[in-house]
Amino acid sequence: MQHTSTQDTLVGLFVASGIVGLFFLALQVSNLSSFVEEDSYTITARFENSGGLKPKSPVSAAGVKIGKVRSISFDPKTYESVVQMSINSQYNTIPDDTTASVFTAGLLGEQYVNLEPGGSDVFLQNDGKIEITQSAIILEKAIGQFLFKSAEDSAEEKK
Amino acid sequence: MDNSVSSQHSLVSVRNLSFSRGDKKIFDDISLDFQRGKITAIMGPSGTGKTTLLKLIGGQLYPDQGSITVDGQNVHKLRRTELYNLRKRLGMLFQSGALLTDMNVYDNVAFPLREHTHLPESMIRTLVLMKLQAVGLRGARNLMPNELSGGMARRIALARAIALDPMMILYDEPFTGQDPISMGVLVHLIKSLNAILGLTSIIVSHDVHDTSAIADYIYVLSGGKIVGQGTPKEIQQSESEWVQQFMTGAADGPVHFHYPAKDYVDDLLSSGKRY
Amino acid sequence: MIQFLQYLGKSTRTSFTKLGRGTYFLLQTISGILSVLARPRLLLNQMYSVGVLSFLIITISGLFVGMVLGLQGYYTLSDFGAEETLGVMVAASLVRELGPVVSALLFAGRAGSALTAEIGLMKATEQLSGMEMMAVDPVKRIITPRFLAGLISMPILAALFSAVGIIGGQIIGSGLLGVDEGAYWSQMQANIDFQDDIINGVIKSIVFGFIASWIALFEGYDAIPTSEGVSRATTRTVVNSAFSILGLDFILTALMFGDD
Repeated sequence: MQHTSTQDTLVGLFVASGIVGLFFLALQVSNLSSFVEEDSYTITARFENSGGLKPKSPVSAAGVKIGKVRSISFDPKTYESVVQMSINSQYNTIPDDTTASVFTAGLLGEQYVNLEPGGSDVFLQNDGKIEITQSAIILEKAIGQFLFKSAEDSAEEKK
Repeated sequence: MDNSVSSQHSLVSVRNLSFSRGDKKIFDDISLDFQRGKITAIMGPSGTGKTTLLKLIGGQLYPDQGSITVDGQNVHKLRRTELYNLRKRLGMLFQSGALLTDMNVYDNVAFPLREHTHLPESMIRTLVLMKLQAVGLRGARNLMPNELSGGMARRIALARAIALDPMMILYDEPFTGQDPISMGVLVHLIKSLNAILGLTSIIVSHDVHDTSAIADYIYVLSGGKIVGQGTPKEIQQSESEWVQQFMTGAADGPVHFHYPAKDYVDDLLSSGKRY
Repeated sequence: MIQFLQYLGKSTRTSFTKLGRGTYFLLQTISGILSVLARPRLLLNQMYSVGVLSFLIITISGLFVGMVLGLQGYYTLSDFGAEETLGVMVAASLVRELGPVVSALLFAGRAGSALTAEIGLMKATEQLSGMEMMAVDPVKRIITPRFLAGLISMPILAALFSAVGIIGGQIIGSGLLGVDEGAYWSQMQANIDFQDDIINGVIKSIVFGFIASWIALFEGYDAIPTSEGVSRATTRTVVNSAFSILGLDFILTALMFGDD
């Protein structure tokens, strides 16, 4: 009981170090910093097939991450996939004839939206729409097509 | 109430109490009275539930049958807060002292004051030093409980028990395992505190000599029954063989030296089996 | 056969009554929280013995676990040419699993066993009973402050464990093995989600703190008041805490990270 004040100091230090630890985890380790400070605007693209795209999947242009997928929904009229993306406000010069494609990072990596800028002078605004889209390449489909085609080819050769 | 005359003067009255632990009957329909301002002793061999009786009086255990009234309140019918209010007026001295081991002597004695009053620290200091002076250990205030001898620990516990100026103190085996000097100190303390503070004391003990030196009235318990009661003199002259054996400490008597067993000769001759 | 059934029935009955007593004890403990908050000194003293005294073992273990993760992760990832994701691997395993779980196991061993022994001895030396006779509720006065201290200390300790571990992984990864420091942190930041990973980790550690403190205090309070009883209770604390922590970790992980 005589060392009450040192004990208090140590408990204070302990709690403070815990708070510092949590802040470290939040700011230095996780993505909290990336989505607190930055403003963003929303654009929409419609894909025939958005494949394995998920909310929070990255949106990049020329290999640099410029935003992320906010939501994916199915349009029951056009049977298309509607993908809403948040783009960081600093990248506000995306032409309105940009092509959006769903790519896969590496053979087994996660899928992301790639934006290929066009040549227009009109830039996309908030709630803008990307008209030109390219669907995800479904690996099974591609392999199936390839096999089908090579079988056809060899059949023709035999004739 | 059949005993209405005697219960007027008694602070604690136990009526038709029965209590059992498992299959063992600890108390079987006993009635006792503890007079105000007197020292009453409960004696009996080990294992007769003397400590249990104190716990029943303090409301820590519940009887199977019967009632215990302390200062006009039926202990086991009280609500929790009422029971706690009653306990503030009771002091209990445990066999081991039950001092809080993470505090020094001073804080131990100050503990009930700090828990139950909002007195300023300076007044608590005065009170604590007074209580410690009363048990003669004012100089030991900075020691930790593990630095105290058994007798000192009991005296500190006594100082703590009287911290809130209770009306009654329950002593659980206060003399057990004490050297003659600490024993003498404790006997003196119990007697003088009772007189000076106007307390009522209940002592549970199997120490015949010292207890009868200070007790005003003695109950002797055995096998869940009261086998003798009266002033120390009456008890010593009791005609009950059992009480005589207990008071003189004879090895054999109504309480047998041997634990119940089958016939000795038969047992020796029945060879072959282990039991 | 009948003996076995009897044994089974008996042990079922005793474990149910124990669970019942434990739940009642927990409710009593929780009901004392307000009165403890009114006396923060009680809490502060316990924060010292429960939290501060566990600080060293937690941080040192965290550092070593992080360093081992850095080393092992590097060897595995470099086979696939993916050393840059070392930061992700170290941070994800620490923040999601190892931080909360290992620090809770260490907490149960360090603080939990000490709590059981302390409470058990207080019971054996009649201190709890004595307090009751002094009209002081031992659960509110003794148990609740320790329970709260455990509840508060556990997430702090787990966060420290993870933070120190991540730094340990970085020391090994980029200091010793040459993973690019920028990649270590940026890959980590890109892939560790604040809500999904950090917050879930904190929730886990709070749950573990709750369960470990509860078990430790109850085993002490429920111990047979002899020296043998207390030592058995201490062992039970460590064993039961470990089981509960690992079992709950599985359930929590399934709930939290199950549907992506």
